[in-house]
Amino acid sequence: MARRALLIATLLTAFAAPAHAEQLVVSLSNHRVAVTSNFDGEDLVLFGTIEPDRPQSAMRGTYDLVVTVTGPRHTLRTRRKDRVLGIWVNADTREFVRVPSYLGILSNRPVNEIANAETARRLQLGLNNFLLPQAIGPDTADTVRDDPFRTAFVKLETQYGLYRESPIAVTFLTPTVFRVAIPMPANAPTGSYGIDVQLFGGGQPLARTQTALEVIKAGIEQFIADAARDYGLLYGILTSLMALVIGWIGSVVFRRD
Amino acid sequence: MQIYLPIADLPVNIFLVLGMGLAVGFISGMFGIGGGFLMTPLLIFVGIPPAVAVASVTSHIAASSFTGALSYWRKRAIDLALAMMLLSSGILGTATGVYLFTLLREVDQLDLVIGLSYVTLLTTVGALMIKESVQAELRTRKGQAATLRRPGSHNWVHGLPLKMRFKRSKIYVSAIPVWGIGFTIGFIGAILGIGGGFLLVPMLIYFLRVPTATVIGTSMVLTLVTMASATVMHAATNHLVDALLALILIVGGVIGAQFGARTGQTMRAERLRLLLGLLVFAVGLRFAFELVVQPDELFSIRLVRGE
Repeated sequence: MARRALLIATLLTAFAAPAHAEQLVVSLSNHRVAVTSNFDGEDLVLFGTIEPDRPQSAMRGTYDLVVTVTGPRHTLRTRRKDRVLGIWVNADTREFVRVPSYLGILSNRPVNEIANAETARRLQLGLNNFLLPQAIGPDTADTVRDDPFRTAFVKLETQYGLYRESPIAVTFLTPTVFRVAIPMPANAPTGSYGIDVQLFGGGQPLARTQTALEVIKAGIEQFIADAARDYGLLYGILTSLMALVIGWIGSVVFRRD
Repeated sequence: MQIYLPIADLPVNIFLVLGMGLAVGFISGMFGIGGGFLMTPLLIFVGIPPAVAVASVTSHIAASSFTGALSYWRKRAIDLALAMMLLSSGILGTATGVYLFTLLREVDQLDLVIGLSYVTLLTTVGALMIKESVQAELRTRKGQAATLRRPGSHNWVHGLPLKMRFKRSKIYVSAIPVWGIGFTIGFIGAILGIGGGFLLVPMLIYFLRVPTATVIGTSMVLTLVTMASATVMHAATNHLVDALLALILIVGGVIGAQFGARTGQTMRAERLRLLLGLLVFAVGLRFAFELVVQPDELFSIRLVRGE
């Protein structure tokens, strides 16, 4: 549903480029995204241009782009069930410390085709290379990529639509103008999101720029969620009262004696 | 029509939830119970996190028991003195239950405890109800009068000290079992998201000899107050009460209960108890199945803290 027509409102250039290098100019239509209850996962659009460091005629190959969108950080616990005395119980847990609540890795083709394994790891390209630190004793560290907890964590987050890797979300409109569709699911957490845009050419990183967006939730649902979190006691009393009032109305409307 | 549940944090079909409220309301009206032991499992089975289901259903039970209590109040079928005694420890039980609930969630074992408790409680109570109603049915077949078994008018409970007189129920019993029952119901209710009427009524009859005239009305007052306070406590400590979910359930429940009550009046009491027993037992088995069969997904995620 692309009803949200996105217009270029502000231009952002955050990248202070050295001389003789490509420059990235990106623009987000709207820095505040209101997610409402009937929001069923729309795409937010980011436009950008690449300013080459030499005439187009002499341009080296084609450009590749990897955009990493990270939501507000939070700490989660992943639990694994094991069979204990014949029943399935949560037997083992791992804490993922300050990981993004939303993680979108968007590119114009698969990241392993854009850069070699070493570069991809260094620049955290792709879900496999993104740092997801786990609490290990008093320290935190990311584990090996095929760690079962890490794999399960990424898989679950992907199922919820919060973590995603898309090799088709970036489209080049011309060799230097691109469009990035950032998928925003309805369960996207509120808060500020970082957008990291990295430009590659011939497998090498050429330029990088950052921008940000703010996800806010509108509507009664968010009001309820905020109230429940910030004014728990009052919220509980009001919910109880609501229950009693409806119960009372029920007894009046359906009075049989 | 999809709506987004703010606390459960997932979209659901409003008609599905409303339908569940109606169905459980119908059953609760038919059998004269709160329906928490059906509502909470049903919500869990459709994917609402168990903790949110338990916390939200408490307000649903508060609403349905308030409707019931009002009608019993008009019939003067509530023993207020007994209700107050039950409540004095019931609230304490609720608070203890909410505290343990928080603690179990902290160590990631809440879902397990909810599951195990449901299995134990529901299969036991269900089996007892089935047995009792089948026996009653057999007795009527043989042409005997279906009398409620009332073993010796005094049992060990009546030997306890701190005796009190409850005028409306015409009973003279120790305060200790009254407190014990109140505490137990408040405690179980807060952890499992059930009003506990299906446990409380038999307890009041068998232990305290509360007469049938006041037993249901009095039990509804206890359920009403413990569940309303459980809602407040769950909201204040765990922030897990989904008001929108509760609202839909309550509206469905209040309407459904009226139709259920009409259907219930046309059925024989033994037949009703047998049906209820089978239902309770089946829900218990469903939980047992859930615990024993290997889940499709062994891993799950829980938020520890936001930023």
